Amino acid sequence: MKNINSFLSASTILFLSLLFSLRASAQVDPLIEKVAQKLALVNDYVAEGSMKTDVSFIKASLGKVKVYFKKPDLLKVKKEGGISLLPRGGVSLTINTLLNTKGYTSIPVGTQLLNEKKLTVIKLIPNDDNLDWVISTLWIDPVEALVYKTATTTKENGSYEITMQYGAYAQQGLASKIIFSFNTKDYKLPNGITLEFGDEDPASKQKMLKNKKGTIEITYNKYTINKGIPNNIF
Amino acid sequence: MWSLIKVELYKIFSRPRTYIAFGAIAALIVVIQLGLKIDGDAYSSFLMKDINDTLTVDGKVLNGYLICYILLQLLLVHVPLLVALIAADMISGEANLGTLRLLFTTPYSRTRWVLAKFIAASIYTILLLIWLAFLALFVSMWIFGTDDLFLMKSNYVVLIEQNDVLWRYVGAFVFASFALLTVTSLGFLLSSLSSNSIGPIVGTMSVIVFFTILSTLNIPLFTIVKPYLFTTHMNNWKEFFDIQVNANNEAITGSILNIPKIKISLVVLTLHIILFVSASIIIIKQKDILS
Repeated sequence: MKNINSFLSASTILFLSLLFSLRASAQVDPLIEKVAQKLALVNDYVAEGSMKTDVSFIKASLGKVKVYFKKPDLLKVKKEGGISLLPRGGVSLTINTLLNTKGYTSIPVGTQLLNEKKLTVIKLIPNDDNLDWVISTLWIDPVEALVYKTATTTKENGSYEITMQYGAYAQQGLASKIIFSFNTKDYKLPNGITLEFGDEDPASKQKMLKNKKGTIEITYNKYTINKGIPNNIF
Repeated sequence: MWSLIKVELYKIFSRPRTYIAFGAIAALIVVIQLGLKIDGDAYSSFLMKDINDTLTVDGKVLNGYLICYILLQLLLVHVPLLVALIAADMISGEANLGTLRLLFTTPYSRTRWVLAKFIAASIYTILLLIWLAFLALFVSMWIFGTDDLFLMKSNYVVLIEQNDVLWRYVGAFVFASFALLTVTSLGFLLSSLSSNSIGPIVGTMSVIVFFTILSTLNIPLFTIVKPYLFTTHMNNWKEFFDIQVNANNEAITGSILNIPKIKISLVVLTLHIILFVSASIIIIKQKDILS
């Protein structure tokens, strides 16, 4: 009888400690908190820069863009006086929009070298089922509390990688250059629609364009921070 | 010479059939513009289905520049048929009426008359093209506004900045004038061979339809023949709307992807014009006017 009691006590302690450790892991990582605190300094911003679209089946020139952000997760990229092409759903998943949602669990998974920087890798899993993203991995510099890379998988729009470089606005956690990488699907319109009959060798062109990764680079020249942005912009 | 051209122009523009082509072009363009104005969003969504799987396109895609491109794709295939209505009647029409004999008894040489008729037919062709350009480009710009030209080709998309578009249309219309003048000269040649109007008009239309079908079919047997057909070259106005990219896949503003292709097509079309008109002059000079 004494043995059974001892076993039950030991099991209870083990269960409670396991529960405690699980609960502890569900807490937000201090490094993430540090990054979030840095980002919290920015309520809104308007950033001016240039955008480069590099998708195998698109021929587009560099364009001037304005990026508008407002807490918690409003983001809009507008090309000045022209048509802009952006990865579907991916642009809105910047570090600001990810961390401002708050409803996530962070799991540290170690460190990695990225461009000769030792970065802490943390995975985020959203607690809210209604959020569009399923999982996101962040590569964070623990000293500067800056996120250098994110890889996010979404429910409907595939996976995205966002690489960031920092410059004059690093203090506010705002990047000077952002590169969105995403998988592109095949593009093909029937000749009957485009009325491009008699084009030479369309098959080889199509083969050349398949299975490529697309990137969109935005290089920021100037940020205007916390000056207020009307909601109708978004 | 100018007085002969004026006489021929008077003859062309005093015939009601001359205005059929202007009316037909206006009717077609207005109908297409109206359709796209009312239901253009559904049309552009259908076109952009593949792109929208990957990217979000923000801006006025269905603008005047794109509408003009769509109209030109549709109409530049059919306008040659309208050109044939007049060009193929220039000599045979007079032969049929019996006025050709009178014409050639004037102090002016047959060569002068033939050239005057060809120039008059060419002026009609150019006016038709200007009418087409006015309705397709400027009226579309007025109705739909302007933005970048987002061109969806079969295998890729070209995004041309709006300040880089207008000169391409000027180039395309100049190129199209060479293409249509080739049709004018063909109709003119067939007209010199006949004494009634129906034969050369139907003959010109048949040659254009037959060659266009051969030009557009991607069958290896026809691929060998294609470069020698003037209809293949007539379609190369589209080359003005394809741009070069640099090593970083950035489009180079103000560039044309394949300038040699345009040059070769212009040379081929010009040679056709010279050949057809010269042949017409030789035929008319040797012809017994019996009607």
